[in-house]
Amino acid sequence: MTLLTGWGRTAATDAELVRTRSEEEIASATRTAPDRGVIARGLGRSYNDAAQNAGGRVIELRRSDRTIEIDPDGLARLDAGCSIDELLAVAVPRGWFVPVTPGTRQITVGGAIAADVHGKNHHVDGAFGDHVERMVVIDGRGQAHELRPTTDVGWWGALRGGMGLVGTIAAADVRLHAIETSLVSVDTERATDLDDLMERMESRDDAYRYSVAWVDLLTTGRTLGRGVLTRGDFATADQLPPARTTDPLAFSSGSLATVPAVVPPKLLNRFSIRAFNELWYRRAPRHRTGELQSIGAFFHPLDGLSAWNRLYGASGFVQWQCVVPIGAEEELRTIVGRFAEQRCPTFLAVLKRFGPGADAPLSFPMPGWTLAVDVPAEVPGLAALLDDLDELVVVVGGRLYLAKDARVRPELVPPMYPRLDELRSVRAAVDPDGRFRSDLSRRLGW
Amino acid sequence: MVIDALGAPQRVLLIGGTSDIGQAIVRELVGADRVRSVVLASRCPEEAEPFADELRDGGIDVASVAFDVTATATHEATLARATTQLGDIDVAVMAAGVLGDQDEAEADPSAAVATAMANYVGPMSVCLHLGNRLRDQGHGVLVVLSSVAGDRPRRANFVYGSTKAGLDALATGLGDALHGSGARVVVVRPGFVRTSMTDGLDEAPLTVDPADVASAVRAAVAGRSELVYVPRQIGAVMRVLKALPRPIFRRLPI
Repeated sequence: MTLLTGWGRTAATDAELVRTRSEEEIASATRTAPDRGVIARGLGRSYNDAAQNAGGRVIELRRSDRTIEIDPDGLARLDAGCSIDELLAVAVPRGWFVPVTPGTRQITVGGAIAADVHGKNHHVDGAFGDHVERMVVIDGRGQAHELRPTTDVGWWGALRGGMGLVGTIAAADVRLHAIETSLVSVDTERATDLDDLMERMESRDDAYRYSVAWVDLLTTGRTLGRGVLTRGDFATADQLPPARTTDPLAFSSGSLATVPAVVPPKLLNRFSIRAFNELWYRRAPRHRTGELQSIGAFFHPLDGLSAWNRLYGASGFVQWQCVVPIGAEEELRTIVGRFAEQRCPTFLAVLKRFGPGADAPLSFPMPGWTLAVDVPAEVPGLAALLDDLDELVVVVGGRLYLAKDARVRPELVPPMYPRLDELRSVRAAVDPDGRFRSDLSRRLGW
Repeated sequence: MVIDALGAPQRVLLIGGTSDIGQAIVRELVGADRVRSVVLASRCPEEAEPFADELRDGGIDVASVAFDVTATATHEATLARATTQLGDIDVAVMAAGVLGDQDEAEADPSAAVATAMANYVGPMSVCLHLGNRLRDQGHGVLVVLSSVAGDRPRRANFVYGSTKAGLDALATGLGDALHGSGARVVVVRPGFVRTSMTDGLDEAPLTVDPADVASAVRAAVAGRSELVYVPRQIGAVMRVLKALPRPIFRRLPI
């Protein structure tokens, strides 16, 4: 048996871990699941308990030995256990990029679909699931099914954001995005407060494929919600300086350093983080255009530091990510203000403007503003603060992201996801014996 | 089910449904607004009814069951039934116990045996059964109410002290046995607590209320502590007392 947590390193539970590398192995691990059921796990980057199954079985999906195939039109045939990192190593040199990537490359394709992950291009390209054209899915009885988005509408939609509870994705065909170079041309702007930041995003986001803002959640008053906005798109070949033209699609993976297993307690406190935030804000140019950044630097800054989740110490951290609809800017301001008031030591606060949502009951994105905030779990008063903010989000018709949430009141989830019953009925159909179970499903009473 | 990332449980089992400290712990856990089901196991369930009603008024699903800690042969079946009711046990609180009368116990050893049954032998059986359940479900916290009286037996109440010493050793060992299983044991050693059990006794220095024990337990459930003194300072006091040579300790007016 193995103790497992999510990326936030909270609420560890014990499960039997079975590593699978093929469709057949997944099917057999599902058929022989113990009483407490089975759930798939990729690289464990969900912040919460989505890929844990206390007292049951967890199947850890890894890529088979099959080589990654990309056809001339950019359609990649992938094992669900293939990581975005592994995919990029093959795809980028051939002129392809993943259609959507979150802030880390260390997630699997299966996980990307099951959480329907979004990235900096959501306002243009939608979520990961929008770019999947075929899936092989193992149902609760261990049967394999080949699904297409147009013919298997209900099940397909439930798989996107279904957190592994309506089938284990074994393989997927993903349509890649063509790139001429592996460099991103980035424009950076500093915004003096939250209103300024939102105004800049609202008026000019459409001019960029990729856009995201870092928000300082430790300043109050006139500078409340100040931030740094970075936007850009892949550079074309003619944008490269002569020195870079020899290998325009160069790509290197790997991280610069690893956080040691033991860090001093309370390393991240409001003083160290205030200093960091000040530096981060000052370091950013007031305005700069056309800076060429690598894929790693622009899309995956966190991958530069392996095991960065250890920075929060032994009691771990939670990431609270909400989306509130367009028009709820006042509430967003209140939320940012509440974090600032509480002096939560958070150095990772990200604001992004979403485009239209998907036709999928549990897919998180919806048109509006999404704010993601990391907070150490041991911050006093955190539970009550987040409970208050959850209520605020529900009242304006927003929701929390189930790949992040590790503590919401279960009663609040149905109003956040009004189509939850569709997930339930798909689940009853594809898993009549109730084999797919996770700590998340138990916590939410599903 | 499961204790969430910020340490809030949803399903709680209280062994000793009428215990003041046990009830205070449940009240404290309910405060986080995640508890949805509680099972109260008491020798006289009707005496636990007022507390059950208080919880029901808060919208909690409560089952009150008859449970005799000293009837060890019934434990397996009763605990199985109680846990079927709950689903998983996120937090189990072993709070049943008696103080006993030291003078009576010395005069009539069978009274001492009864105290040992209620405080040690019975709870040993309960804890071992619950330990197995928590191990099987892969998560959960067992809170065991020990006492500083077990840290070093005193002339004035060594019968009670010896039963708590036994339970404390059992719970500590069980905590080690469960290490790495996802389940955890929290041993709580309160000093003098104002409860109906201690009503009429002279208060000792560092006396606390059940609510103080409860908030220390909540913190331990949310965190990683395996041993909690309430109040915290009494841990330091006990370290000093334990270090005293016996001839001196024997003469202390405690």
